[in-house]
Amino acid sequence: MTLMRHSLKSLHTELANGSLTASDLVEASLKEIERVDGQVKAFLKVDHEGARAVAKHIDENRSAKRGLLHALPMALKDNICTDGLTTTCGSKLLANYTPVFDATVTKQLRTHGSILMGKLNMDEFAMGSSNENSGFFPVHNPWDLERVPGGSSGGPVAAVAAGEVFFSLGSDTGGSIRQPASFCGVVGLKPTYGRVSRYGLVAFASSLDQIGPITKNVEDAAYVMQAISGYDPMDATSIPQDVPDYLSALTGDIKGLKVGVPKEMMGEGIDPGVRAQIQKALTQLEKMGAIVEEVSLPHAEYAVATYYLIAPAEASSNLARYDGVRYGMRQEGKNLLDLYLETRSQGFGDEVKRRIMLGTYALSSGYYDAYYLKAQKARTLISQDFEKIFAKYDVVVGPTTPNTAFKFGEKTDDPLTMYLNDICTIPANLAGLPAISVPCGLADGLPVGLQVFGKAFDEATLLRVAHAFEQETETLEAPTLGGSAV
Amino acid sequence: MSIQKEDVYKVAALARLKLSEQEAIQYTNQLNDILQFAEKLNELDTTDVKPTSHVIPVSNVMRTDEVKTSLSQERALFNAPDQQDGFVKVPPVFEEE
Repeated sequence: MTLMRHSLKSLHTELANGSLTASDLVEASLKEIERVDGQVKAFLKVDHEGARAVAKHIDENRSAKRGLLHALPMALKDNICTDGLTTTCGSKLLANYTPVFDATVTKQLRTHGSILMGKLNMDEFAMGSSNENSGFFPVHNPWDLERVPGGSSGGPVAAVAAGEVFFSLGSDTGGSIRQPASFCGVVGLKPTYGRVSRYGLVAFASSLDQIGPITKNVEDAAYVMQAISGYDPMDATSIPQDVPDYLSALTGDIKGLKVGVPKEMMGEGIDPGVRAQIQKALTQLEKMGAIVEEVSLPHAEYAVATYYLIAPAEASSNLARYDGVRYGMRQEGKNLLDLYLETRSQGFGDEVKRRIMLGTYALSSGYYDAYYLKAQKARTLISQDFEKIFAKYDVVVGPTTPNTAFKFGEKTDDPLTMYLNDICTIPANLAGLPAISVPCGLADGLPVGLQVFGKAFDEATLLRVAHAFEQETETLEAPTLGGSAV
Repeated sequence: MSIQKEDVYKVAALARLKLSEQEAIQYTNQLNDILQFAEKLNELDTTDVKPTSHVIPVSNVMRTDEVKTSLSQERALFNAPDQQDGFVKVPPVFEEE
């Protein structure tokens, strides 16, 4: 196995016994980025100097205490603030924005010893399901460069799938970690709302956004979750809940586990090739001793409509701050109003403008009750569906996406068709629940993701189920791009 | 409920966006499609349903009012497109007659 495919656990051993150094890992990562990123385009910024300096410091202080992610090269979605390194959100409007502080997760990863390699491409302000909305250039799927990697965390997922870094962090508002993880054959976890601090995550829809890990396997996800979870006084919506030991949750045992499979997620809208792989996975879970039964989420069919009112409404308010005054792009105007108009019209891309318009409309006087309030009530009903199921079941399982990765341009003309791609992931965000996507095979040569939803703050069970399943499933590895890998 | 081009211009003004004629036509069509899709929610009886604005209940989060070090003025202005004497500089709000 090439070095960049090693698990975090084996790297820990190799670092501890001295067969590898931090500099070895950073050079291997830089070499892979140099070799494949011209094709994948996952990175918006590579911090060669910064990464090398941190590695050198680690190697010169070998007796220092080792964190959970000691000496491991990783990269962050470009909406996670990094002190001194640009944070663009994939937008021309923030092309030159350099934060003067670290996000809490950035700080936690640094504290645990991991090495920041750079910042990763994304749909502008995390709005998109294909990465075609990046204000700079789209990311390509390492499995098939003519296909999208999914979105909005396309860069973070593609970088891990292509073996450029050992792990990454993305953000998930309606599926932005899980959908691309499914498209690129890696593991992506959206934690419970409030489990991981959002301080320093550039806000899209504040009641839905959550940061989470993207890794090659479930055990790696447990390591990263351990490092980033927990209460943060800097985030008023973070929850003071104890963080369990995620690694010890990986017992491999799911005997007697009660699994609910919503019939609404296995119906007509799901591609037959995807459905076949999910069926196979369910049979596997049964073989391993789980009790698998059909359940119903009667309001699931309303989730997309609910989401595309609530998320744009919150976004229209959050994105009001980009006015060209204090930071980011400024387009001069003859007066202040003109400056606002010019900056926002030239700085934002098409999809971002569309969502700001939709959200402003849904919140405007005369339409608030009909759209925004109605959606908030529908959100309650969707949450209650899950509450009822979780009274009897431990996890809910289904596909992560209705189809595999599509080609560039296939869904760009009609925003609504693109929105429907999020149909299986959105319910978790609306209900605030944790959900993980784990690879479960191929359909027509492209990865399929199995999605596992859990009870609030029960990421440990999600990780246990996904890990046990992974042990019994063939590992997927993206085809090696451009010859031999490091 | 269908949205007209005039409504799109009005919303754009509220959102501080300037639209070309072509953009206005495009957004009118697309917003109509999306809003028509959203009408699906009217199938739901939500008479006694409470709205969810926040999914994990938290009450007011307070902290003690202590003086702490924060960003220096220089750091706070680091990204300002234009500045003068420690302030962010913008064009005049009130124009001279």
